[in-house]
Amino acid sequence: MEAHAHHKETFITKYIFSQDHKMIAKQFLVTGMIMGIIGVGMSLLFRLQLAWPDKEWLILEALLGKWGTDGIMDPNIYLALVTIHGTIMVFFVLTAGLSGTFSNLLIPLQIGARDMASGFINMLSYWFFFASSVVMVSSLFVESGPAAAGWTVYPPLSALPQAMPGSGMGMTLWLVSMSLFIVSSLLGALNYIVTVLNLRTKGMSMTRLPLTIWAFFVTAILGVLSFPVLFSAALLLIFDRSFGTSFYLSDILVAGELLSNQGGSPILYQHLFWFLGHPEVYIILLPALGISSEVISTNARKPIFGYRAMVGSIMAIAFLSFIVWGHHMFVTGMNPFLGSVFTFTTLLIAIPSAVKAFNYITTLWKGNLRLTPAMLFSIGLVSTFITGGLTGLILGDSALDINVHDTYFVVAHFHIVMGLSAIFGLFAGVYHWFPKMYGRRMNKNLGYVHFWVTFIAAYGVFFPMHFLGMAGLPRRYYTNTAFPMFDDLADINVLISYFAIAGGIAQVVFIWNFFYSAVRGKKSTANPWKSNTLEWTTPVEHIHGNWPGEIPEVHRWPYDYSKPGMEEDFVPQTVPMTEKEMETGH
Amino acid sequence: MANGAVIEQNTSTLWGGGRQPFGASYGKLMMWFFLLSDALTFSGFLTAMGLYRFKYEETWPIAENVFTHFPFLHGEHPLLFVALMTFILIVSSVTMVMAVNAGHHNDKKGVVLWLGLTIVGGFTFLGSQAWEWYHFIHGDKGAVIAQDNTVYYLTEAGSEGKILSVFELVTGEKKPHGDHSEFTTEQLRNAFAANGSATLRLPGKGDKDGVKILSRKEAENVLASAEVIQGASLRANEYGNVLFADFFYFVTGFHGTHVFSGVVLNIIIFINVLMGTYERRGHYEMVEKVGLYWHFVDLVWVFVFTFFYLV
Repeated sequence: MEAHAHHKETFITKYIFSQDHKMIAKQFLVTGMIMGIIGVGMSLLFRLQLAWPDKEWLILEALLGKWGTDGIMDPNIYLALVTIHGTIMVFFVLTAGLSGTFSNLLIPLQIGARDMASGFINMLSYWFFFASSVVMVSSLFVESGPAAAGWTVYPPLSALPQAMPGSGMGMTLWLVSMSLFIVSSLLGALNYIVTVLNLRTKGMSMTRLPLTIWAFFVTAILGVLSFPVLFSAALLLIFDRSFGTSFYLSDILVAGELLSNQGGSPILYQHLFWFLGHPEVYIILLPALGISSEVISTNARKPIFGYRAMVGSIMAIAFLSFIVWGHHMFVTGMNPFLGSVFTFTTLLIAIPSAVKAFNYITTLWKGNLRLTPAMLFSIGLVSTFITGGLTGLILGDSALDINVHDTYFVVAHFHIVMGLSAIFGLFAGVYHWFPKMYGRRMNKNLGYVHFWVTFIAAYGVFFPMHFLGMAGLPRRYYTNTAFPMFDDLADINVLISYFAIAGGIAQVVFIWNFFYSAVRGKKSTANPWKSNTLEWTTPVEHIHGNWPGEIPEVHRWPYDYSKPGMEEDFVPQTVPMTEKEMETGH
Repeated sequence: MANGAVIEQNTSTLWGGGRQPFGASYGKLMMWFFLLSDALTFSGFLTAMGLYRFKYEETWPIAENVFTHFPFLHGEHPLLFVALMTFILIVSSVTMVMAVNAGHHNDKKGVVLWLGLTIVGGFTFLGSQAWEWYHFIHGDKGAVIAQDNTVYYLTEAGSEGKILSVFELVTGEKKPHGDHSEFTTEQLRNAFAANGSATLRLPGKGDKDGVKILSRKEAENVLASAEVIQGASLRANEYGNVLFADFFYFVTGFHGTHVFSGVVLNIIIFINVLMGTYERRGHYEMVEKVGLYWHFVDLVWVFVFTFFYLV
């Protein structure tokens, strides 16, 4: 790989078809941000509809055209917006945007490698993701509208092109896009795994890996094991849609016409989907948790509490995530005994999750806290992880779940525990490693504004949804005006929408801060956070191959902060052990 | 600090960093993890098939009644041809092992010979699969499909469910080899009325007593609104439950696609071997990598063979 450093780089090989992991990381980040703007923008549109169902919004006509005639949102486009919002946020922002960015940026830098194992496959991974994004966005512009069967695209709605407008061309494009996405995710994950296994520098044993790398590593393994099953589900769905098979279909009557499909079951799709779907939750969450471990330890100036427990709980969460998918399907007529088994495995996840939450708190405890924006977002993550995790106990229990299944309680739960936690992790990562990516610092004060408005708005949006859910308000309904028993809840919906708009505006601050700082920000020093990990030993200006000379050798774990007897309050991994350390063994 | 355990100086362990664990290159590891991933895709399909197979035990065809042909041989030879196909594929795995072994000894001629034979084995398997599909698509004995889409085989009372072909019932003669003549429902009904011992049976396993044979009266009721069905497609299947045909086409097709990609990969590597690429490189690891893929595809076939044909 050293030979590569001498290759002449053209504009195209440097910025577009780059095989350098740092450039690919930025490509993932920027694409993810653009997708994020689209996804969040959609949520604001349907929040308008939910809060003020009868009001005419001219902006809706301007943006949605025939779907928003006279400023009233069409029910079909409402369903489509919900679907695409979910798909984009889950897959394009929080999977590719988060893992793609930080796995690419940090794996080679933190393990001491010149680049990913295969730069070419890494580049392919990004471009498959790009193509997938283009197809997904283009589905917004087809005549019959984008897919509208929910982000889980359950058949028969997704399997019968004639079922509703969104089941037509939009659904086909959704499947094409997701197939490309699965290829991208597979190529990326293979690279991350083998890079971590094979390319670590001398002295970088697995027990000296930063927790970020552990999280990315386990996430990649989760992806390699779970996405292929979504691929199975999607292929069978494509056959049902296009070739007349009956894998998911039976006894269907559409517009008075009985279809020939016989014998299949839509529940099969749900099993296959959630076998991916649940690990996917942790594919989203684990990288954010890994980033927070690093950010919290660095900014608390304390070693992470319980390193091995952290690694163990990451692995335990990953393992358990494969045997809990049934808790998404408690109301599908599942055998109650099987339900109780899934309840048991689901509640087991609380143990490693609690280990992680307590370890964060004990790391913060009596630390010398530096409340940088990254640190604030990481602490915010700990908060949302706990808040959302607690409602997970309710939803994981089949007897309790049945009461609030498919209500706003569920929406509140997964947005807080998965959406907010992961997006806070993403923001923490961006603020923390921005100097590594662009050699400049982001504006700290704008970062504070961004954090506090986002944090308050996020709780303002999702906390009241618990009450909506407990009052029985179903999710995915276009409007609730037809149900008098929900009239009392209208004010809560208005409040939520105000918070949503505030939260949306806060992201403009972030985007401005990001792009302005990338060009005009204050120049950064090599190690702005006084951090121990290897990425801060590379020069500020990016070079291909990362280190100008030899790859540094690693002599210690990455969390020697405030170590007694040391001159400074941090000891980078490259510093050899002192004699005293050797003698005492720590 | 509390975490004494993490600062061991031991760098000679397997995971110590600065060296490749197990001495395996990243490319080989990538192939292993890819295969792991692919294995889960196949598991998804096979598990789904298992679900329906046990749900529809009565109408799920028994492979011995479906795959009975053998090229150039008359009469019924249940599962003989698929056994041969499987044997060919396994032998191609053996030749692949020989190719990898020759690669370890940098024996170019050996690699050319054994990889070449592997490619021949792959093509033979694909050809056999095409032949198998051809006969599955055209059907064999024909059956009737009831109004509720249940498929019944023709049989005669007292024959323990021995399947009677539509040809035999209508013409009264033994069905000639390779015959694909079609019959109308009307012809079948007339022939059925004329033959007092003719009746219907379900394709699958019945309860303990064996196959479920309908009484003459039940059969007449079914036939009143049933139709002749010959051949198997994704929408209807003379052998029984349509999902059997759906899964047969889908899973063997998906596996066949894998075999085909494997053959293409083998050919690319074969050409590289001929051009001396790996000789110059000093090692034949690429042969080993496609070898891994090839063995995986064979292994998957063993599962497909087991679940579709044997059990």
